[in-house]
Amino acid sequence: MADASDSQSNPPVDPAPSGPDGERKLLRLPDLDRLIGLLRARGFRVIGPTVRDATIMLGDIESAAQLPSGWAERVEAGFYRVERRDDAACFAHRTSPESAKRHLFPPAQKLWRADGSEDHPQPVVEDRSTAPRLAFLGLHACDLAAIAVQDKVFMGGAYVDHVYATHRRGALIIAVQCTSSAPTCFCDSMGTGPHLDGGCDLGMTELIEGGEPVYVVHTGSEEGAQLLAGLAPPPASHAQVVAAEQLVAEAAAHQKRRMQTEGIKDLFYQNYENPRWEEVARRCLTCANCTMVCPTCFCANIEDGTDLSGRLAERRRRWDSCYTLDFSYIHGGSVRYSPMSRYRQWLTHKLATWIDQFGTSGCVGCGRCIVWCPVGIDLTEEVAALRMSARAS
Amino acid sequence: MGRKHPKPKLAVWKFASCDGCQLSILDCEDELLDIAGAVEIAYFPEATRAVVKGPYDISLVEGSVTTPHDAERIHKIRRASTVLITIGACATTGGIQALRNFTEVADYVRAVYPTPQYIETLSKSTPITDHVFVDFELRGCPINKLLLLELISAYLNGRKPVVPEYALCLECKRLGNTCVMVAHGAPCMGPVTQAGCGALCPSYNRPCYGCFGPKRTPNTGSLAEWWRHHRDMSEEELVRAFRGFNAWSEAFRRASEAHEQTTMK
Repeated sequence: MADASDSQSNPPVDPAPSGPDGERKLLRLPDLDRLIGLLRARGFRVIGPTVRDATIMLGDIESAAQLPSGWAERVEAGFYRVERRDDAACFAHRTSPESAKRHLFPPAQKLWRADGSEDHPQPVVEDRSTAPRLAFLGLHACDLAAIAVQDKVFMGGAYVDHVYATHRRGALIIAVQCTSSAPTCFCDSMGTGPHLDGGCDLGMTELIEGGEPVYVVHTGSEEGAQLLAGLAPPPASHAQVVAAEQLVAEAAAHQKRRMQTEGIKDLFYQNYENPRWEEVARRCLTCANCTMVCPTCFCANIEDGTDLSGRLAERRRRWDSCYTLDFSYIHGGSVRYSPMSRYRQWLTHKLATWIDQFGTSGCVGCGRCIVWCPVGIDLTEEVAALRMSARAS
Repeated sequence: MGRKHPKPKLAVWKFASCDGCQLSILDCEDELLDIAGAVEIAYFPEATRAVVKGPYDISLVEGSVTTPHDAERIHKIRRASTVLITIGACATTGGIQALRNFTEVADYVRAVYPTPQYIETLSKSTPITDHVFVDFELRGCPINKLLLLELISAYLNGRKPVVPEYALCLECKRLGNTCVMVAHGAPCMGPVTQAGCGALCPSYNRPCYGCFGPKRTPNTGSLAEWWRHHRDMSEEELVRAFRGFNAWSEAFRRASEAHEQTTMK
């Protein structure tokens, strides 16, 4: 994270094996298919990348055939297109609009319902304990960093969010190290990737050998080790391990965007009135897309509903956003009426006050908000402009 | 539990419109008996010839005001109603027929009717709120029947209705849709349009065309600027984008007029 210690920045290329079982294994695509089958047989719901509506999305996966083999994306600020690759890579995507957030913290949740036709109506809370465990396949280092941020938000304090906690505690994560970066990635400067640094049960690096993918796999947990043992994989060669780490190091080195995080809290706290906020507000649509795709944004609204008879009542929670006027509505009106104040609120919370609140930055450098902003607003550019403007004044 | 006082009387009124929003009420099908159980349907010529005299507790008004006669009639309805709710784009912003507001309506009357002197019409199609006080405006062309049910439920139970005023994008992304503007390059009006339809068009990979009208604080200028530079949209195309079912809403009217002025330069 931004203000965390140096240990979270990318370590140098280290071909030495890590993890409990101490040795890197090699999987091929048919092995991934067996792995998915194994997980499903154990009752997991497997969530992985798949092409839907000309976008690489996270969705339910039943076999490796559903992975986006031979697909990747071309992205820039406010721009996304899926494109064919000339190899069969399955995990070449970088910036899906989806993240684990949708599954750990669902966009619409019924919290409780009550039936007033009963003598003593009691709110009935939905039972989530029987929901299948989630197995995420193909999350990136930035995604794991985002989960770590949301763990602090939802499970780190005195009040644990039971919806999130139930999904999270049962989740199994098979992560993938990025072997290339999108032009919108800046995880390296946020210290969150592309190198995997724990937080997963299995970690894979995709290599292309003769046009076909192979996976150098390391274990991150006991459950991951057991799973891998079930596939009886051969060890990866030293050359494969070195090649994998080399690609990850290059992915970091080639990142075009950077966020300068040094002194970032002071930058925001001393620039509430900076004219740059008005400039970006002229472009901002306050449409909330950035907060929807952000893997750490956690704001939700609580809504109460009844049926026509008034006998049935229910309370729902839905994703909300600091970009809506209702979000800051108090007696008499909305506190943040101007689009300027709403954009400032989002970015200041994400990059500065989040650190005071949760001890970490709210940004993991995934670049989703840059890609999926319909008018291509780039927070790294905004922070740089704020610095320039602050220096000039 | 349950309410002991008599059922509230509901009236449904039609002004210049296509009847689509009234049909949305009949579209409730499964919930129609519940509605009839919760309120007395006192005046609804689209559904029944039986008429119960006013005053009415809730009046749903469909359509815009386009004739001198209707401009009078809406005042009578207001006087006979405790709560007046407008339903649909016509009643809330003037509807598609408000395209006349940008032209000379007399020219059309001469072109269309053999005996123009029989036609008594106003020069503009205007929303109900231009004429009388409106308690709540339900957007859409047509309205979303689920929001109408929510509105009636909220009224009957004395609570605030859960009807969104934010951008369609929230609704769209909660559903897990990809962004048709970013991923497909479609000119989607979602970022400036109010949610509530259930993101119908983007869910079928079609761009939103703004039938729910502008969201609050819509940035039409920034959206148009992006389309002009990244989609090569002409000023004429930009005029048409904002001049649809909610052309006479203030935000979309200002946007289309600004681009129209640019084309005249």
